[in-house]
Amino acid sequence: MSSSFHFSDPKRGRALADAIRILSPPDPFKIVHVCGTHEMAITRNGLRRFLPKTVDLLEGPGCPVCVTPARDIDTAIAIAKAGAILCTYGDMIRVPGSELSLDEARSEGCDVRTVLSSADASVIARESHHEVVFFAVGFETTAPMTAAILLDNPPRNLSVLVSHKLIPPALVALLDLPDNRIGAYLAPGHVSTIIGTKPYEEWLTGRRIPVVVGGFEPLDILYAIALILRQHRDDAPRVENGYPRAVDPEGNPAAQKLLDEVFEIADVGWRGIGTIPSSGLRLREGFAQLDALDRFDVELPAEQDVIPGCRCPDILTARAIPSDCALFATRCTPLSPVGPCMVGAEGACSIWFRYGGERPL
Amino acid sequence: MSPSKKETQITQLHGAGGELMGELLEWLILPRLDFAQDKNLGAIGLSALDDGATIALPEEAEGKLVLTTDSHVVQPIFFPGGDIGRLAAAGTINDLSVMGARPIALTLAAIIEEGFPFADLERIIDSFASAIEEVDVPVVCGDTKVMPAGDVDGILLNTTGLGIAKRAISDAGLRPGDRVLLTGTIGDHGMALLAAREEFNLSTTLESDVAPIWPMLAPLFESDEGESIHAMKDPTRGGLAAALNEMARKSTTCIEIVESAIPMRDPVRGLSELLGISPLEVANEGKAIVVVAPEAADETLRLLREHPLGADAAIVGIVTDEYPGRVILDTEVGGRRFLDMPLGDPVPRIC
Repeated sequence: MSSSFHFSDPKRGRALADAIRILSPPDPFKIVHVCGTHEMAITRNGLRRFLPKTVDLLEGPGCPVCVTPARDIDTAIAIAKAGAILCTYGDMIRVPGSELSLDEARSEGCDVRTVLSSADASVIARESHHEVVFFAVGFETTAPMTAAILLDNPPRNLSVLVSHKLIPPALVALLDLPDNRIGAYLAPGHVSTIIGTKPYEEWLTGRRIPVVVGGFEPLDILYAIALILRQHRDDAPRVENGYPRAVDPEGNPAAQKLLDEVFEIADVGWRGIGTIPSSGLRLREGFAQLDALDRFDVELPAEQDVIPGCRCPDILTARAIPSDCALFATRCTPLSPVGPCMVGAEGACSIWFRYGGERPL
Repeated sequence: MSPSKKETQITQLHGAGGELMGELLEWLILPRLDFAQDKNLGAIGLSALDDGATIALPEEAEGKLVLTTDSHVVQPIFFPGGDIGRLAAAGTINDLSVMGARPIALTLAAIIEEGFPFADLERIIDSFASAIEEVDVPVVCGDTKVMPAGDVDGILLNTTGLGIAKRAISDAGLRPGDRVLLTGTIGDHGMALLAAREEFNLSTTLESDVAPIWPMLAPLFESDEGESIHAMKDPTRGGLAAALNEMARKSTTCIEIVESAIPMRDPVRGLSELLGISPLEVANEGKAIVVVAPEAADETLRLLREHPLGADAAIVGIVTDEYPGRVILDTEVGGRRFLDMPLGDPVPRIC
């Protein structure tokens, strides 16, 4: 009754476990991934069990809704309060801003809708006489879809609040944080299908750090970890594609073209981390009339990016694991989350809570 | 007596205790439940329409009476593989069954929304009846209420069941060393209901597993001379994950499950991947977790597999004392993690 695909094949799993064991580094070695889907696969499949004692594997800023700054959520709420229909992706509505979440704003009477794709926001706008704002969050994976609706003769009552972020600049910023000895990056497969492998090379030139693009099946991840450990053993760090069945080194040129037509690079804030140079997108001048910020005068509350005691900033920068936080699974649970990492389905805390990740068994 | 042509749906008067209600019972409900009444011979049963029922104890009765009740609020009311009627019957019969109790009497109460079509009600009662006929247990009393339109979503059913257990089986009797069996594939009901929901717009071959499991389990109790069955539970709401965690907590043991041994249909696996919902956290309505002494595991498995409902039965795990109160999952690829109590059923209103 097992599936015809064997991405969880225990025999191959054992072979990779052997390889990982043979490649065990003698000294502590920290691998950071930046993808909620990776964390989900790692935790659900209990993959940390395969790691040598010297190796840590942490999720950094891999949950897009978690790294969306409270300021942007405040802005979205203010826009909704000004009377617009605010559309965004599912998880985003539960993440707290400085005072409220979009969900709470909705219960106060705002029209907040969850959409499965940016195109749904266009449809809602076409069927409405109200102003419709798409709160565009996510990495290089969702940004092209935002660009696509803006290039497709958008209805006049549609505008976007752009909060898209880029992964490679964040990888560099993490390396520059004090006390953050990152040994290697397991790079996200989905983002890499769009950007390819070259941006990692460009951004991490001279950093001498293994970067391996990994897929999302258990064996993909174990394979990528083995590649990382081999580079480390051979002291031959480079960007390596461990997911060639999906990732082309050049990425997806059509998606890249969409991005380039609509957006330009900007310095943007990451929740719990602060501003990272050139790590986000903003609309090019030719699209300024579609910028929600220009259509609404918004009044924002005093900013509170992270609640005191919450260790999301350390978790998002791969300096802590969820169970290091005193609030984890005590005051902070998915039903009553304190920090963004417990809200977003891709947040490390939420995943650890739901899939028994509190310690490797 | 049959309804006039105009009259094709439930009105408030049908729940008002008067003439119309009597007619509804007479022509729609009672004839459909008119079987196995001889099992309750000499007692006041359904057809008496008295204020209560009496239940004659079987002559050979020994052990304990077991009582259970369950309300059913499923949406959609008709789903692939069953409907709320079959669900209400199976739910209550299965709760008795995993207590080791042979069902001897049931009640059926319906709360119906004004405007509910007679045709649907007939279908539901027929379906309820056909499920309890599989176990040959009588309905001995019931109740019908009608709520104004909008006050209830279609129909709700409540069923109470009475059974007799020679030896009642709890869900807390696990001991280190015991083997954990599943009587069949996991996740069918929850995933079939999900697929049937309009918002997902999916077309699958999935069907709910909803079925009364007493006929499959009865042989286990008959042959259980050595009292080797230590615990049982039906993994309904919250699925396998919730049921196992409850058993581990109550018995202060650790249950270790081998993921690859869990019987699961490919469409269930596929849909769960697609929707990101764990098949271990959704309801089953025709399955049981059976925990037995290690020496009885093979014979229990053989007995289960003899019944069609148990054809996919499997030994899936072992009870230990490694992490008391916790459940460990040995993942297919060779990893290991805790399988925790789900926060809630990811699919609302499915049982």
